[in-house]
Amino acid sequence: MHSHFDTKFKGLYKKDENGIFVVEQTFIKAAIKCLKEEDGFHFLADITAIDYLEFKKIKLTRFAIVYILRDNEFKNTITLKVYIEEDEGDLHVESISDIFFSANWAEREVWDQYGIKFLNHPNMKRVLNHKEFEGHPLRKDYPKTKGQLCTKTDDLMDEMIPRLEQKGYKSHNDLMFLNLGPAHPASHGTIRTFVALDGENIVSAVSEIGYLHRGFEKSCEDHTYNQIIPYTDRLNYCSAILNNIAFAHTVEGMLGVTIPERAQFIRVIIGELSRVIDHLVCLAANLVDMGALTNYWYLYNPREAVYDLLSKLTGARLTNSYMRIGGVAHDFYDGFEEDLAGCIKEIEQGMSDTLNLVEHNRIFHDRTQNVGIVSAEEAINSGFTGPNLRASGVAYDLRKTNPYYFYDTLDFDIAIGSVGDVYDRMMVRFEEIRQSISIIHQSMKILPKGNIIVSDRAIALPKKQNVYNDIEGLMGQFKLIMDGVRVPTREYYGAIEAANGELGFFIVSDGSGTPYKVKVRPPCFPAMSALPKMLEEGMIADSVLCLGSLNIIAGELDR
Amino acid sequence: MAVGAEAIFGDSVVTTKLDSAIGWARESSMWPYIFGTACCAIEFMSVASSKFDISRFGAEVVRFSPRQADLMIVAGTISYKQAPVLKKIYDQMPEPKWVVSMGACACSGGFYDNYTTVQGIDSIIPVDVYVAGCPPRPEALIDALIQIQEQQAKEESIVKDRINTKFKGRLDA
Repeated sequence: MHSHFDTKFKGLYKKDENGIFVVEQTFIKAAIKCLKEEDGFHFLADITAIDYLEFKKIKLTRFAIVYILRDNEFKNTITLKVYIEEDEGDLHVESISDIFFSANWAEREVWDQYGIKFLNHPNMKRVLNHKEFEGHPLRKDYPKTKGQLCTKTDDLMDEMIPRLEQKGYKSHNDLMFLNLGPAHPASHGTIRTFVALDGENIVSAVSEIGYLHRGFEKSCEDHTYNQIIPYTDRLNYCSAILNNIAFAHTVEGMLGVTIPERAQFIRVIIGELSRVIDHLVCLAANLVDMGALTNYWYLYNPREAVYDLLSKLTGARLTNSYMRIGGVAHDFYDGFEEDLAGCIKEIEQGMSDTLNLVEHNRIFHDRTQNVGIVSAEEAINSGFTGPNLRASGVAYDLRKTNPYYFYDTLDFDIAIGSVGDVYDRMMVRFEEIRQSISIIHQSMKILPKGNIIVSDRAIALPKKQNVYNDIEGLMGQFKLIMDGVRVPTREYYGAIEAANGELGFFIVSDGSGTPYKVKVRPPCFPAMSALPKMLEEGMIADSVLCLGSLNIIAGELDR
Repeated sequence: MAVGAEAIFGDSVVTTKLDSAIGWARESSMWPYIFGTACCAIEFMSVASSKFDISRFGAEVVRFSPRQADLMIVAGTISYKQAPVLKKIYDQMPEPKWVVSMGACACSGGFYDNYTTVQGIDSIIPVDVYVAGCPPRPEALIDALIQIQEQQAKEESIVKDRINTKFKGRLDA
């Protein structure tokens, strides 16, 4: 799997109890380079740090950095860890942003949140918090509620001017600078891109994020595992249930439990339905952005039908909190199947109405084809996943490469593109809607009977009847509500294929009912970091389509 | 052939207060600016779509230029990083203007009681109507619109200046 790494770094690394390779600080860059170039670990999923200040077990140093990589076939994951020694009051480690493009923003985030510097990083500045922020909020000694007022927006010229110089512009008197966002109708939430224009052409672009940074990761550190589920709803709010599943799936992985078969199928069915409605809103917004407003109604209105179904099932339209650790919250209601069939019919109708309008439409083709091209190699290097990566022709889908639940028994195809332009990204999503509907049909046919949540009293709440009538039930309820699900001491990365790509959670548990640290690996974050490169040399009108086609959702981007 | 009011009144004259006439005109033609940042903005999309149809209340002309809007709907979490942007856009809107704070985050920070979230946008800009919910259902936002309309109908629009000079937010120097 990683034989070159094993032989080259023999004795310089140690495998710890969590299966994580602990590498010495001085060799980390060489180790990652070797893994990428010789062992084929060409995909960097995430970089994060851990602050062990309040950890019950004494660790080597206070801070550690974690790197998560995947191999050529995306099957195997390797997690590396480096303990950071303090060097004259300074914490630093060699940057790997020249090996992986996706490391650029990931390292900036570690600096922003934990205050660990990356040497030789091209642009070591904050990414989520604002410019006037002092301190590093994810350090354990930073008080959770200590807010800091921001009085001015960053003008971003400190990034723009070097970038222009790189492109050979000595003076910028002839250029026009323009802010696209953060409050812009086509900015899909609160994303800011600052561009330098020569006429209508974008010469250089710089993106700034963090306008919707809501402190998800800090908030997780004082909530029990089940209390975090409502927070996960609000990551990618277009498909809340998929976030629920990703989180619950990761925690179940840490606990080592397998949820009942019926619960697995319910997750597949409702998860795929969420994927469908996520793609619908992405496509609807994309088409509005290019002036095709009618399609917006065709594609958005079926969502209302799905909202009605989800309201009946979960009690909420958008932020469903439908999963629990160990299963799902409620079983399907009577008449669910008919409602589901009705929803699917509406979705299919909306899709066919839209495709009739755009599929062979010259304007649509001209606006989308060969616009915002990302090659397969660039996409992998930038950390793209999901439909964005598949549009570039890489058939990576966690449902196929690392099947969970019953995806390996279901018959579905991975849709891939050939060029990697806006057109491919949209068409891949259209096809994925079809595939998801097929998965839903297949799963409904073989939906087994049985429990919807594990019966382990340390994980799932007892029935209300038992809570009111016997002491054991009452105690079980009390313990679980007060302490939460106790998760064994572990450091674990789990991921599923969410609507936008690989949605992963890296969780550090100290054995209590509250996670010690939670890090989300949102599929949007790496995609967003590649956006400026995509926009450069393009037209200003296309920038809106490029952003829309990546389906950046600010909630999971900024967390 | 005349229809509606013209058919009933013909050439006759109606007397009313100028304030009432202006209020009546205003309440049926609000031009909202959507300061949509998060989940609530997705619910606003539903409000604007066919099923809930905001145009039944005369507020479907969604403007993305603050200069052309008189109703600001703050839909979503406002972080400290976002606050100066919110303030600037609010200041750019011409008077008279109204603000709806949509959802728990905008009203109070919601369950994001942490270092990055503004604990209620009323510490930055004045708010007229608060809408509870996370996110609020579309009906709740429509209810807020109706409340604004009721305010507008009652308002002494010409005589009294609406500008709230007493308000001092955290970003007001």
